[in-house]
Parts: sequence; C-alpha cells; structure tokens
Amino acid sequence: MKRVALYAAALGFVVFAGFPFYWMLVTTFKQNRDLYVGASDLSHIPWIFNDPPTLEHVKLLFGQTDFPRWVLNTLLVVAAVVVITVAVAVPAGYSLARLAGRWGERMGMGIFFTYLIPPTLLFVPFSRLVSLLGLQNSLASLILIYPTMTIPFCTWLVMGFLRSVPWEIEEQAMIDGYSRLAVILKVAPRLIVPGILTVVVFTFTLVMQEFVYALTFISSVEKMTVSLGVPIALVRGDVYHWGALMAAALFTSIPLAVVYNLFIDREPTFHHPFTRGGCHENPNGIVLRAHRRGSVHPLGCSSRRGPAAGRTGGQARGGGDAHHYGFHKRHSLHQP
Amino acid sequence: MTPRRTLADREDVLGGVMLTPALAYVILLVGVPFVLAIVLSFSDATAGSLRFGWAGVRNYAAILADPIFLRALRNTAVVTIGSQLLVVVLATAAAQVFRATFRGKRFARFVLLLPWAVPVSLAAIAWTWIFDSTFSVINWTLKAAGLLHGWLYWLGEPALALLAIIIVQAWRIFPFATVIVLAGLSSIPQEIVEAAIVDGAGFWRRLFQVELPLLLPVVTVAVLFGVVYTATDLGVVYILTGGGPANTTHVLPTLAFQRGILGADLGQGAAIAVFLLPFLIVVAFAMLRLARRAEVGA
Repeated sequence: MKRVALYAAALGFVVFAGFPFYWMLVTTFKQNRDLYVGASDLSHIPWIFNDPPTLEHVKLLFGQTDFPRWVLNTLLVVAAVVVITVAVAVPAGYSLARLAGRWGERMGMGIFFTYLIPPTLLFVPFSRLVSLLGLQNSLASLILIYPTMTIPFCTWLVMGFLRSVPWEIEEQAMIDGYSRLAVILKVAPRLIVPGILTVVVFTFTLVMQEFVYALTFISSVEKMTVSLGVPIALVRGDVYHWGALMAAALFTSIPLAVVYNLFIDREPTFHHPFTRGGCHENPNGIVLRAHRRGSVHPLGCSSRRGPAAGRTGGQARGGGDAHHYGFHKRHSLHQP
Repeated sequence: MTPRRTLADREDVLGGVMLTPALAYVILLVGVPFVLAIVLSFSDATAGSLRFGWAGVRNYAAILADPIFLRALRNTAVVTIGSQLLVVVLATAAAQVFRATFRGKRFARFVLLLPWAVPVSLAAIAWTWIFDSTFSVINWTLKAAGLLHGWLYWLGEPALALLAIIIVQAWRIFPFATVIVLAGLSSIPQEIVEAAIVDGAGFWRRLFQVELPLLLPVVTVAVLFGVVYTATDLGVVYILTGGGPANTTHVLPTLAFQRGILGADLGQGAAIAVFLLPFLIVVAFAMLRLARRAEVGA
C-alpha cells in the first residue's frame, strides 16, 4: 500500500515535470493535419500519433529558418563568455580563498550578492550603455554583458571549491622552495581543474538560457541566439509554426538536460552555494576526485581548512562553505 | 620554511592583482549600472537621443497614477506569492518521494530536473502551445474526462492567464527547490528521526513535527531564491501573454520593458524596474540573517 502511494506520487511528479517535453516531442513529429485538430473534437486524441510521424517540421527548422545560424551564434557567445569568465573569476576565487585572509569570506559574500541583482533591473541602463559603446544589435554586446552574471557566481564557486582542496599540497610546494607566485602558476592550476569545469558548465547553461539581455540588445534575426530566436523570430506575424517551434525547443533542451544530469551526479550542489549539505551526508564527487589526484590527507570535514583559517588558529567558524552558510546538522539542532 | 620578502611572495600584492579584474568588472558593469538604473528613473532620458535631463519624481508620479502599473505591481506580488506557495508544497512532497528508493528513480529524477534545465523562453513557448485557445490539450483532456463543459480561454481571460503564469513559474522552479530540500533532508541527523520512530510517531507526525521544523531554514532559502527568480522574471509573461489581454497580466519586468525599451521611455522604464528593489532587499536581508545565524550557530 505504501509502495503504491510512493509510485503514484513519483508518477505524478514525472507527469507534471515532463509533460511539456512530451508535448514538444509529439508536436515535433506530428503531421499538420494530425496537429491542427481543434481540442473540442473529442474523437481525435491529441496525446498520440493518429497519423504516421513525419520529419517535415525538422526539415523546415534546419532548412528554411535561421535556427542553425542561432546555434552558431550561441556557441560563439558561449565560447567568448567562458574565456572571459575563467580568466577573471578563477584568479579572483583563488585570491579570496587563499590570499585574502579573513576578508576573503566577506568580500566573496559581497561579490555573490551582486549575482542577485537581476537583469530586469539592469537592462534599462545597459541599453543606454550598449548604445553609447556602439554595440547595439551585436553579439559583442552579449559577450560584454553576460560576464556580469557569470563572474560573481563563478568567483564564489571557485572560492568554495578551493576551500575543499587541501592546502597542504601548495604548502608542501612552498616548503620545497617554490615562491608563492610559482605555486599559483604551476601548482594551483592542476588543483583547480574540476572547479574550472564547473565554471564552464555553469557559463554554458547560463548563456543558453539567457533571454532578457538578448531581447533588449539584439533586433535583427541573423544576430539572435537560440533562446531569443526560437520564441521571437520563428513566429512569423501571427502564424505559429508549432511543429518547427517545438522541434527547436526539444533539440535545445536535450543537450542541456544531459549536461545537467551528468553534472548533478558528480556535483550535487552546483546550482547554488546555499544548497551544499554537510560533507558527511553529501559527499561531493568533484572534491573526492581532486583529493584522489592530490592524495594527501583523508578528506574529513576537519581537514577542509583554508590557509586563512589555519593562520588564525582554525577558529570555530571553519573554512568549509557548507558549514558557513549551510545547514549542517549541528546548526539546525542548536536552533530552537 | 624561511619567510622571504620578494614580490613573488607578497600575498597581499598577489591577492590584489588577481582580484582586481573581477572587482573592476563587478563595479563597472554591475555597480555603476545599478546606480544608473536609479538615476535614470529620475530623468527624462529616451532611447532615441543621448540627452539626459533631470525630471525629479515626475516618472514616479506618472506610474503611480497609472492603473496599468498598479495592476502590474499587484500581479507581480500575486504571481510571486502564489507560485512560491505552490513550490513549497510541491518541493516538500517531491523531496519525500525522491529520498525513497524505487525502481526507475534515475529516469524520474532526469525528468524532474528537465524544467530547471530548459531555457525559460523555450519552456514558455511550449506552454503557450499547451494553453493555445483552439488546440489546448488541457481543455481536450478535461473535456474527455467530463470535467469541463464550457471552454477555458487560458491566455485570453485575465484571471485564467494569471493562473497559467503561476503554474508555469511553479513548474519551472519546484525542481530546484526539491534539490535544496533533499539536501536539507539528508543533513537531518538519523538519530532524531529514529528517536521519533521509537517514541511512536507516525509518518505525518514525523513530517510535520520533526522534519519540517528542522527543514525550515532550507525551505526558506529555496523560497528566497524562488522569489528572486519569479518576481524578476520577464520571459514567462512576455512570451505567454505579452502582458495581455488588454495589459491586465503585466508584471513589473514586462511593463518596464514595454515602456523603457519598446516605448523608448528609459526614465519611466527605469522607474518601474526600481519597484523590484523592495522584493530584492527583503530577500538579501533575509539571506544575510540566515547566513549570520548559521555562523553564530557554528
């Protein structure tokens, strides 16, 4: 009886969450005469293929629309924003985690909060800024503005990630005679690689999803990104080509969904620093990998200390971000 | 280790150099535009020219006397609160389901995360098709089940359109909230749950009197992010209804876009967007408090 309720509930959530995607799938491959039957005709079941599936909408999408162009534009913007974000956010995250001492934490929090300032508050001043710079209706405007969303978040991400990498590897290199700068240039990059991967995935998904700035800055169809072009430019006047529209939505969703799922298996917490659980209960795949590579100390919570915490005598606040902001069991127990 | 004093070992210098590009980006392209957003709201700037004149509170006076704006303000609050209530219920329930092990769980989780992975604008266009006035599969299903006798013009009637917007926002955000609540559930000490079982507490008693109170901080965080994502979202409403029918379903971001960008009245657009600030300030304040409490608790 309990199992039945469980399966029923699970099925309910799957139907609710997945139904629009099923609908994309069905619409993509349906013939028009199967698609456009009014919903008041109860004898025609819209949930299934009443006629054989067709590829005509897919051919229309790839052959007669600007969709391939939008995919290229999107990838170009992704590549440029990834380069900028990695170049700016990774050193900053390292600086806050390893070099800034006790101020790092606060400054990291401050930088993270700018991530909460939404595009819908900034698009008006940005539209003026972009036209001042002469960048209106260009991909360059997106490449300039998107890092304002990725840099704050990724700086925070790299900072949190480094807190979970044992400091001892770098310390050992310094004992071996490396200067601090040499450690940063030669030792640290190897340790940060999994963190950089997270930054790349986050930037990729964010650029794929962004809509507001693209809508504000881009006006001509051939400059659009996928998330803008599909809902705005595939609709010709009042004519909706629902087959092609849903095909575009489907083909864009699939790679994103795969990336998300691969990633959430490895790093269950990458959405937000606030989702990090305690490290016992929620072992973090990437951290474990980094640890294996470094193979220094067993990675209990107690060894998750940055040098800043070490220098100040490992004060009780601890270095692990999970402890700091999170909801480790001890906090929730002490809260009445 | 002997301390050396060359430049290559000065942590403060290295730290400053490595942090500067990020700080510069954040200050120049988030901080300055943020201030500019507020300054613009007191100006008569338009998109056509680069002229910039002081308008005092004229923009604010104009929008506060505008029923469309007041409606948008109310809609923003209704959509945000309504969708977050739904999110809390759905996420808490979904977390209860997904903490259990069952066959097909990997697939179920894959599907559950889809709404969060798909771009907002593409999800919104799919829902537009689902709510279509002639071809709505929801109407067909309700009629086929004998639950609907008239016809639902989902995006054509203000109240139904708002409901549709709330549904889409909740659909989009509850997977994210579920992930957070699951993380919170896994950090509840097993001893407490076991003690409750030993004391004879059943499932519902355990849920409402043991687990939910312990989950409160986590659920709060999920709701705070949900508030930001919903109140400041432009894509869902812009694509689903475009603010229509007859400007009844605008929210602050879509109205700001319509007036500021499409209508080229930057000053008024900025003034409308500024009304998002109360939502954001409440959220930022609550988060800082939560973070501090966690800090003190440690």
